[in-house]
Amino acid sequence: MKPNNQQNTVDLYFMDARAKLIDIAAFMDRVERDGFAEDFRYKAFKDALSALESENRTQEVLLSFSDPTEELIPAATTKAACGAWPDKPQ
Amino acid sequence: MRYIEPHAHMVSRTTDDYLAMVTAGCKAVCEPAFWAGFDRSSANGFYDYFCQLTEYEPARAAKFGLPHFSWLCINPKEAEDLKLADEVIALIPEFLPKKNVLGIGEIGLNKNSRNEMTILEKHVNLAAENDQLILVHTPHLEDKRKGTQLIVDLIKSDSRIDPGKVLIDHLEEHTAKIVMDAGFWGGLTLYPESKCTSPRAIDILETYGADRLWMNSACDWGVSVPLAVPYAAQEMRRRGYDDDAIDQVFYRNPVRFLSQCPNFNIE
Repeated sequence: MKPNNQQNTVDLYFMDARAKLIDIAAFMDRVERDGFAEDFRYKAFKDALSALESENRTQEVLLSFSDPTEELIPAATTKAACGAWPDKPQ
Repeated sequence: MRYIEPHAHMVSRTTDDYLAMVTAGCKAVCEPAFWAGFDRSSANGFYDYFCQLTEYEPARAAKFGLPHFSWLCINPKEAEDLKLADEVIALIPEFLPKKNVLGIGEIGLNKNSRNEMTILEKHVNLAAENDQLILVHTPHLEDKRKGTQLIVDLIKSDSRIDPGKVLIDHLEEHTAKIVMDAGFWGGLTLYPESKCTSPRAIDILETYGADRLWMNSACDWGVSVPLAVPYAAQEMRRRGYDDDAIDQVFYRNPVRFLSQCPNFNIE
């Protein structure tokens, strides 16, 4: 599916992406300045940044945060997801 | 524009939201059964909830001229208690003849546990035995990829289920291909912080085509936007899509899937 009146993608999304990139930089500065760099979620976040070098960036970033195992777990001990797989080797 | 909101938890929303949706062009709203944000203490709580979904909420929506439809189940977040889940599933057949019921949903997995899978199998069996459409919730965040694959494998293994009568919701870039390749319908949920933004949802449309995809707000008691669907339509317009393409994604596609249930009539 493609639009019949294609727009310039950079015109549409550059400023938004630029703002988000600066927010990411500020988030990383803030976490490290405040001493939380060892949090497993932050480590997973930094790890996911390397996926930006891949061909399918969005998919690879999502997979980087994902549980890669295939087996059902014995029981759910929580209802919430935290955004990063806690058992990922660091 | 005209659109269908195919997934919204209106019991958690205000009448202001109904008014805004109708003003934006909403022609029907569909409400899957879900987790209330707390565990219900007994099956009686679900009985009351199913009455709310099939009697009270349609009447509340009708005050705004909006047809309201519902899906029934016990959600995977409350599936760990097998006894409770069995009691709730036993209640569902009583409600299936209600005129606004579309099928079984939103069933699925949350943390990908054994008990969640057991209850998912029972829901799928209930749908098969009663020739019902199925709406599937896929897990959140780090659990989504694994859960989506487990769900697809389970439903594909049941020869009684036509994949064209199953919609698997909350797709993202790492799960869309799993669902599309298996022949199911897919849902793209528009959330501010998780699931999909409008630009990403449109990217997925452009990758997989618009034949078997819809978009929804899944607005509920959490951070969510009841007008996310018409906002996504506006984003498509900004990208250069014409009215016909927008009408296909936001109206004709959901109507095509939902019309497989005879109860879905919005003429």
